[in-house]
Amino acid sequence: MIWETVRLSLRSIRRNVLRSFLTLLGIVIGVAAVIAMLTIGSGTTEKVKADISKLGSNLLVVRSGRPAGPGAPGGLDQVVRPLAEKDLAALVAHLTGARAISPASQKQVRVIFGTESLTSGVTGTDSAYLDARDWKLVSGRPFSDSETRSGTGVCLIGETVRQQFFGAGDPEGEIIRVNRTSCKIIGLLEPKGYTGFGQDQDNVVLMPLHAYQRRIAGNRDIDNIYIAADDRTPTSELQPRVEDILRDARRITPERESDFAIRDMTQIADAMASATTTMTGMLGAVAGVSLLVGGIGIMNIMLVSVTERTREIGIRLAIGAHEKHILIQFLVEATVLSLLGGIIGILIGLALAGLASVTLTIPFAPSPAVILLAVGFSALIGMVFGFFPALRGARLDPIDALRHE
Amino acid sequence: MAAGATLITFDKVWKSYGQGEAKVHALAGVDLAIRRGEFVAIMGPSGSGKSTAMNIIGCLDTPTAGTYSFMGIDAGRLDRNRRAMLRNLYVGFVFQGYNLLARTTAAENVELPLIYRGVASRERRDLAMQALAEVGLVGREHHTPAELSGGQQQRVAIARAIVTRPTLLVADEPTGNLDTARTHEIMELLTRLNTELGLTIAMVTHEADVADYAERTIRFLDGHVASDTMKLEMAQ
Repeated sequence: MIWETVRLSLRSIRRNVLRSFLTLLGIVIGVAAVIAMLTIGSGTTEKVKADISKLGSNLLVVRSGRPAGPGAPGGLDQVVRPLAEKDLAALVAHLTGARAISPASQKQVRVIFGTESLTSGVTGTDSAYLDARDWKLVSGRPFSDSETRSGTGVCLIGETVRQQFFGAGDPEGEIIRVNRTSCKIIGLLEPKGYTGFGQDQDNVVLMPLHAYQRRIAGNRDIDNIYIAADDRTPTSELQPRVEDILRDARRITPERESDFAIRDMTQIADAMASATTTMTGMLGAVAGVSLLVGGIGIMNIMLVSVTERTREIGIRLAIGAHEKHILIQFLVEATVLSLLGGIIGILIGLALAGLASVTLTIPFAPSPAVILLAVGFSALIGMVFGFFPALRGARLDPIDALRHE
Repeated sequence: MAAGATLITFDKVWKSYGQGEAKVHALAGVDLAIRRGEFVAIMGPSGSGKSTAMNIIGCLDTPTAGTYSFMGIDAGRLDRNRRAMLRNLYVGFVFQGYNLLARTTAAENVELPLIYRGVASRERRDLAMQALAEVGLVGREHHTPAELSGGQQQRVAIARAIVTRPTLLVADEPTGNLDTARTHEIMELLTRLNTELGLTIAMVTHEADVADYAERTIRFLDGHVASDTMKLEMAQ
């Protein structure tokens, strides 16, 4: 009986191709929008997560200044006591559960080679930096401990810097000028690409901290301390230990607030991911509204269809159809119609998302759950919005229906 | 043919529409009996109550007062779905305007009442073919109504009415849209179904020569039965 009815409804949909298509359009657009939004959204979330993990996973970053919060506009104190080498030394001496601890001070500086120049992010650091940031060398070697200690003029360069100055050539052993000092290239960093914020992570020059402090910054400050947790220690456990050690080293009495901030990159990654997920949900909800409009379109066309086929309903009732037969017939018709729209919509939505993933260079991340949900939801819309017209048809009086012109 | 046991009884049947001053009585206390195997023509001017009577006979409508019994069942007091079941099992309908489903083949149209009976697809097909053969439409099974002449469409409608082997055939001006030659063909077909299958036929008509095919003619006027004559009596 149900199969019979489905066949019947498919036939009636085929009989009126143009109208059926126009009816479908609302559902098609709604479902396509929802699928495209959610698929592009989850691709973006994946991309953001990947970008943040490029910054280094399980990473804490300490910087001077009070943590952001009420009473600290801009997040930092007016008067900032910078981090110093004794803070770093305290961490190295006392902190357990860290794989790597490394200082970093950074400045945008003009870098020159021959007649070419480039403004690059010059970072003063030590040999643990590469480990802390999960960064590898394509060629050459890291700073030796003695180079770090003495502040020799050596440096590691990123891919962008190499391309600017040497094209595809080997930069090792060349001397570049950074600000007014010169340094010898001893290694090339693995390319990391852009961050999610459009910052080129490969436009960098790394040099020993002491060389940076003496020749470029002109002070003894450390901007950041990077702390990478080892595999057994979650960053959330590491963070209070770092805080204790630094408060101790910086002689902060218990009643005073810390004058430094510890950022947990894992937390930031999670926060960013959840922000994009929320965004995706919102876009999906907006798209969902158009699905609702599509449902109303179905109801409208089903009402027209019931009115148009009043005589047919009359015939069916006269020759022995029960109310439920008519109800089921129109309900199945509405459901088949919107299900069809749903399936076409899913295909178009996935195609759009695929196109977007190519142009926006984000991963194509279709979710089977979302697709199943869309199928179920469009069938549900057909049933819900088809019910009222179907009931109207089923309740017709056969005598009036037969008289209908 | 010889009439059998009573099939239909009207016992002081009233059918009223509207309220108070505006109240209209389409049927005003009609008493009537039709027996199995009878071929009855129902005549009368419009507004005489003949259509209302036919709707009640076909179990499409119920009386406001009085009793309508069909096969001994008090059909006037059954609910919608029970009357639908009664129609599906025992009543066939033929209408003036054929009332076939458009863009649906003759065979599919004839199968329709069997679908609501829950008959399996293959058996449905066989019964439909058989019914179409009985009305002389072999070879037209797969034509849609638009591809058939008026007479042929009415034959499809008759096939649809008899495919369920009903006890009663209700025909509402079955020849109203047909020319004289086609009218006589259809009436001969109905007469044959009446004599060969013993099908009871109740037929509304305006035309005296169509009514002549029936053995009995009931005339309605202002909600009453004005005359009820048997053909044999008239001949005497």
